[in-house]
Amino acid sequence: MKRELPLFVTAVVGLFMILSFFVPHQLVSVPADFLQQSAVIVVAFGIVLGGANLLRVNLEAVVKRQPDWPYRLVLIAGLLATVVIGLIEGRDFQALGTRSTWIYDQIYAPMSSAMFALLAFFIASAAFRAFRVRTVEAGLLALAAFLVMLGRVPIGNAITGWLPSGLRLGAVSEWILRVPQNAANRAILIGAALGVMATGLRVILGIERSYLSGEE
Amino acid sequence: MSALDRLARLDRRWIFLVTGLLVLIPLLWPLNLPLTPAPPVRAYHDAIASVPPGSHVLVSADFDPAARPELEPMLRTTLRQLLQRRCKVVVVVLYQGGPLLVDQIVRDVAAAQGAVYGRDLVNLGFKAGNEAVMVLMGQSIPNTFPRDQSGADVRTLPVMRDVRNYSSFRLLVSIATGYPGTKEYVQQVQGRFHIPIVAGVTAVTAPTMYPYLQSGQLRGLLGGMAGAAEYERLMNERGAASRGMDAQSLAHVFVALCIVLGNLAQRARARREEG
Repeated sequence: MKRELPLFVTAVVGLFMILSFFVPHQLVSVPADFLQQSAVIVVAFGIVLGGANLLRVNLEAVVKRQPDWPYRLVLIAGLLATVVIGLIEGRDFQALGTRSTWIYDQIYAPMSSAMFALLAFFIASAAFRAFRVRTVEAGLLALAAFLVMLGRVPIGNAITGWLPSGLRLGAVSEWILRVPQNAANRAILIGAALGVMATGLRVILGIERSYLSGEE
Repeated sequence: MSALDRLARLDRRWIFLVTGLLVLIPLLWPLNLPLTPAPPVRAYHDAIASVPPGSHVLVSADFDPAARPELEPMLRTTLRQLLQRRCKVVVVVLYQGGPLLVDQIVRDVAAAQGAVYGRDLVNLGFKAGNEAVMVLMGQSIPNTFPRDQSGADVRTLPVMRDVRNYSSFRLLVSIATGYPGTKEYVQQVQGRFHIPIVAGVTAVTAPTMYPYLQSGQLRGLLGGMAGAAEYERLMNERGAASRGMDAQSLAHVFVALCIVLGNLAQRARARREEG
C-alpha cells in the first residue's frame, strides 16, 4: 500500500492533467486549476525543504570537521542571517532601505556578478590551453566558433566592411546560427521532447519509480 | 627557445592580464564601432512597435545579477519603448534571484519616463513554481499574483482593471537567463494560449532559441549584449549595452587569437618532441 497509493495518485493526476489540456469543460478545468495551484504550493514547500536540507548537510560537515568546513560555516552563517533578518523585517523585507535589500544589493549582487565575470578570463585561458584542433570535426567547430564569435560583435562587420553585405562576418554568423546550428539544435530538441514524453508515460504508467525513495 | 616554445609555456596570468586590459580600455576610451541590427533584433523591435497604444503587454523578467550586463539593458530599453508607446506594462518575475533587481529597474525606468506606478505599469513580483505559475497565469493573473511587489492588492490598481489572463495581453516579452525562461514560455504558454512572444536572452542561450524563432513561436529575439546593443541602436539610444560592445569586440578577437596561437604553440611543441 505504501507504494501502490503514490503510484495510483500519480497515474490518476497525470492522466487527468493530460485530459485537461484537451477538454475545456469546467468539470475538468476547475479540478485541474486546483491541482495546478497545489503544485505551486508544493514548490513553495520544496524551497523550505531545500533550505532545511542544505542546513542539515552543511551542519553535519562542520561538526565532522570535513576538509572544507570553514566555507560551509560561512554558507550556514549567510543562510541563517538572511532568513532571520528577513523574518524580523516581515512582509516588507523587500522594501527600499531594509537590511534584506542591503544584503541583496551589497553582497548577493556583486558576488553573483563577479562569479559570472570571471568566465571571461577562464574562457580566454581555456581557448589558449584546451581548444585543440586535432581532427576535421574539431577544425569545423573551431572555424564556426571563430566566425560566430567575430560575427556577433561590431568588429566583425568593421573588418569585413569591404566585402558584399552577404559575405560580411555578421551575415555569415547569422547564417550559421539560422541554418546548420538550427538544424542540429532542432534534432536535439525533438529527441529530448520524445524522451520527456516517454519518461512522462513511464511515470504515469508506474514503470518509472525512481521518484519513490530511489527505487528503480 | 623559439617564440612558439615560449608561447607554449606562457603563464596563464598573462592571458588574464590582457583580457582584463582589453575589457577595461574600451570602457574608458570607447572605439564607437558601428552596430548593424540583425534581422531577429529588428523583428523584436517591430513586434513591440506594432502593439497598439493603450494595450497591455506582459513582461516576464527572469534574471539575476549574474546576467545583469546582458539583460538589464534589454529590459530597460523594452520598458522605455513600451511606455513611450503608452502601453500598459505588467511585469512578473519567475526567477528566484531577480525580484529586487527587476523592481529597481522598473521603478527607475518608470520615473525617467514619467510613468505612474499602478496606472501605467505594475510589478507583480516573484512567484515560485516555474511552469506551474506560467500555466496558472493562463487561468487568472490576479489569482496567481494577488499582491504586487510592494504588497498592494492588484485588484485595486487601475493598470490591472482589465487584466484577466493571457488573453488580456497583446504581447508577452520574456527576458530570461535560464530556467524558468523563454523556452518554458514557448512550450507552456505559446502553444496553449496563443499569445505572441518576443524574447531577450543571454548570448549562451540565444542559439537554442533559433528553432522557435524560425517556427514563428518567437516573433523576435535579442541575443546577449550584442542583441541589446543593436536594439538600443534601433531606438537611437547609446546605453550600457552599446558602451559594452567595444569591450566585448576586443575580448572576442582575443579569444579567437588565443585559439589560433594555442594551436600553433601546441603543434610546434609536438613537432619538436617527435623530432
